[in-house]
Amino acid sequence: MYVAVKGGETAIENSWKLLAETRRGDPAVPELSLAQIAGQMPLAVARVMGEGSLYDPGLAALAIKQASGDLVEAIFLLRAYRTTLPRIAVSLPLDTSRMALRRRISATFKDLPGGQILGPTYDYTQRLLDFSLAADESGAQATRAGSAAEPVPDAMPRVADLLGDEGLLEAEIPPAGDPEPADLTREPLDFPAARAARLQNLARGDEGFLLALGYSTQRGYAWNHPFSGEIRMGEAAVEIVPEELGFAIDIGEITVTECQMVNQFAGAAGKPPQFTRGYGLVFGASERKAMAMALVDRALRARELSESAGSPAQDEEFVLYHSDNVEASGFVQHLKLPHYVDFQSELELIRKLRAAAGAKDEAA
Amino acid sequence: MNHGTAADATAGYNFAYLDEQTKRMIRRAILKAVAIPGYQVPFGSREMPLPYGWGTGGIQVTAAVIGPHDVLKVIDQGSDDTTNAVNIRRFFRATTGVATTERTTEATLIQTRHRIPETPLAEGQILVYQVPIPEPLRWLEPSEAETRRMHALAEYGLMHVKLYEDISRHGKIATTYDYPVRVNGRYLMRPSPIPKFDNPKMDRNPALQLFGAGREKRIYAVPPHTPVKSLDFEDHPFEVQTWDRCCAFCGATDSFLDEIVTDDRGGRMFVCSDTDYCRGRREQAHAAPAPVEKATA
Amino acid sequence: MTTPLLSVEGLGKRYGAQVGCLDVEFELWPGEVLAIAGESGSGKTTLLDCVSGRMQPDAGRVEFNTRHEGMQDIYRMSEPRRRLLARTDWGYVHQNPRDGLRIGVSAGANVGERLMAVGARHYGRIRDTTRDWMGKVELDTARIDDLPATFSGGMQQRLQIARNLVTHPRLMFMDEPTASLDVSVQARLLDLLRGLTRELSLAAIVVTHDLAVARLLAHRLMIMKEGRVVESGLTDQVLDDPQHPYTQLLVSSVLQA
Repeated sequence: MYVAVKGGETAIENSWKLLAETRRGDPAVPELSLAQIAGQMPLAVARVMGEGSLYDPGLAALAIKQASGDLVEAIFLLRAYRTTLPRIAVSLPLDTSRMALRRRISATFKDLPGGQILGPTYDYTQRLLDFSLAADESGAQATRAGSAAEPVPDAMPRVADLLGDEGLLEAEIPPAGDPEPADLTREPLDFPAARAARLQNLARGDEGFLLALGYSTQRGYAWNHPFSGEIRMGEAAVEIVPEELGFAIDIGEITVTECQMVNQFAGAAGKPPQFTRGYGLVFGASERKAMAMALVDRALRARELSESAGSPAQDEEFVLYHSDNVEASGFVQHLKLPHYVDFQSELELIRKLRAAAGAKDEAA
Repeated sequence: MNHGTAADATAGYNFAYLDEQTKRMIRRAILKAVAIPGYQVPFGSREMPLPYGWGTGGIQVTAAVIGPHDVLKVIDQGSDDTTNAVNIRRFFRATTGVATTERTTEATLIQTRHRIPETPLAEGQILVYQVPIPEPLRWLEPSEAETRRMHALAEYGLMHVKLYEDISRHGKIATTYDYPVRVNGRYLMRPSPIPKFDNPKMDRNPALQLFGAGREKRIYAVPPHTPVKSLDFEDHPFEVQTWDRCCAFCGATDSFLDEIVTDDRGGRMFVCSDTDYCRGRREQAHAAPAPVEKATA
Repeated sequence: MTTPLLSVEGLGKRYGAQVGCLDVEFELWPGEVLAIAGESGSGKTTLLDCVSGRMQPDAGRVEFNTRHEGMQDIYRMSEPRRRLLARTDWGYVHQNPRDGLRIGVSAGANVGERLMAVGARHYGRIRDTTRDWMGKVELDTARIDDLPATFSGGMQQRLQIARNLVTHPRLMFMDEPTASLDVSVQARLLDLLRGLTRELSLAAIVVTHDLAVARLLAHRLMIMKEGRVVESGLTDQVLDDPQHPYTQLLVSSVLQA
């Protein structure tokens, strides 16, 4: 005799216990510490902070640990936490021209004021597995870099400004009245979307998705002749203007990576040709994401630059509605939820249709 | 993760998890939705501790309207005991401490996924639906900008084109759940993936019906006693599913039945999807008659 | 009939510094077919888009004689009204039939859509009306449930025409209706169009680069060059006795071809 299944609550509690065991792994192996994750996996932390829209390396490390290394799950944890936080202030716009730079390169000029500063990057490594890292203590001493002969110069003019001075690069002009940008964490996206809203969406967008779209533009799906004008990585000061003081104070600094792409543009009637821009800004050293973001930003500007827009990367609704991996992951995985009532409805219909077809065949 | 007991209701989190500003914003959206039956009101959906696609819209609506004296029922596929319903009920117990129930008649607030309770609702009750895709025209027109224009201009011919195609291909309308309706004679609406069997229950229901789509960031509503008509053609009228048997537990012939696979030789059993309804009938000692095996086509 | 069906005054449209069309004026009467001919870039498609409500001009007025409210400026109307007109009293035939059809739904659904959009709710009657129109455009009614992709180009064009005619529009706009078809198929379609416009007393504005199309279909002909109308008049008069040097050039180059 069939008995209706009960005991869902108990089953859930047991699944939590199993999860906790799986996450901890072999108890004989030392537990991961947040300091280890934050310190030795800064690029994972950077991604989680960026797409989680919350700059807190400690919390991001906790999320990564709790999520057993699943970064999309960790991003979700951080976003859910962010929802509960109060809004204390809105910062002044970051001034990336005053960053403390640790890396700064340009592909558009061989040399430029301030020079090409390579910084810590995988770019110049050979991708050979380094088995010396397999040991638990791999010999930290050998990895220290020496100091340079001179400090990083104070004057590090942006390539965008150098080109802009000659009128070669379009200026970034805020919309009339310089309106406050929409806050996508508070209001739903509206179409057509303003550039500020698009950039916000892309900044939180999934790196893989933006990487694929950026790549597609390079392969001809809205080719826009990109050059890396400048990529900067370093620390930028965060400033707020408290009401009581009436002037700006520095409340700390965050590590960011900024990418300015320089793209080709054919001048329209009455406008001489100028280079156009794509912009990317991320937390931490997530350079790949910053570059992909800049490529997609430029592609989405097709409408305002009067370009014909037929490629996926130029389709505003397509890009902006599918860039959020928390939304995407939730909806894709929701297919695991019971759908048996709707499936029952489909079964009923398909059986009826097959029966009708069967009767027709017999009658024929 | 704070799995929560009633005692944690006030520890660290606001009542019903959302801050008061957010609740205010959601309530404003709800009021607008009630004022324009069937119209999708955009709202600033928040990330919740459950994933998008798993009921965050319904949860936010419930969180915005729930009060300490409410009695909450949560169902998924008509049952109080499915994992998703259990999870959501726990969430509200932990963040509000309100009483919960499995009995439809005792609930003041019912959050549901994919079913409307069989027991008729009463004035004063609120039914909150979880909605995955709010836009009825989405399958025919992927662009949000265009579907918004179509709603504004009541350009709904395209929806009938889809139903026409179904009839020309299958001889009948092939939509069996999430069946589109016209609300108050004006807006085209998706009722969420409830089986079309449940559509008639929405029509002039004395309860307030609220719909929340978290990921898509839309709220809509059907106020009490509002006409809700399922789309059809004059010569192909809307019809609901029927079974040629009754519930094996309680004998009901008027409820939506789940099909249970009992063995690997084609054995099947049909039971009420609405577990509370079924249990209520059994308590009133309606014994099931011997299962009637009618020959099917 | 003392009011024209369509009245166009001082119509102009620019693209930046480029002239789309300039100073265009004409009237169209019920049942009258007007051809607008010129080379590509002459402004004829711009003109068609402006008079059919698809593109707001920079200068001038387009007035349509509505069924219930007389002459109305189509750009001072509300968007819902204009869209309703476009779905009922006007028709638009695209050069490429795929632009004017719903490729993903059956021929029957394509033809029936405008009926359903204005409230037709009886499946059987929609099918009957659809078959009628398929017959009138010489399509095999047995193919009512076939997808447009299974039709030839000429048949798709007929389907597009039927889709537009089903609400008995009084005015049709056609953008090079035969240009994407084989020469052998063109003649039959032109024959069909000529028959239909006469039988249904349809007024039409037909954009074409092909003077033979104008000769066959149109009562009147307007020649455009670089955005301006250089000559207009009765079709036969313009083609047999062109006054403007450009028209003479066009006509003579056709004869040579």
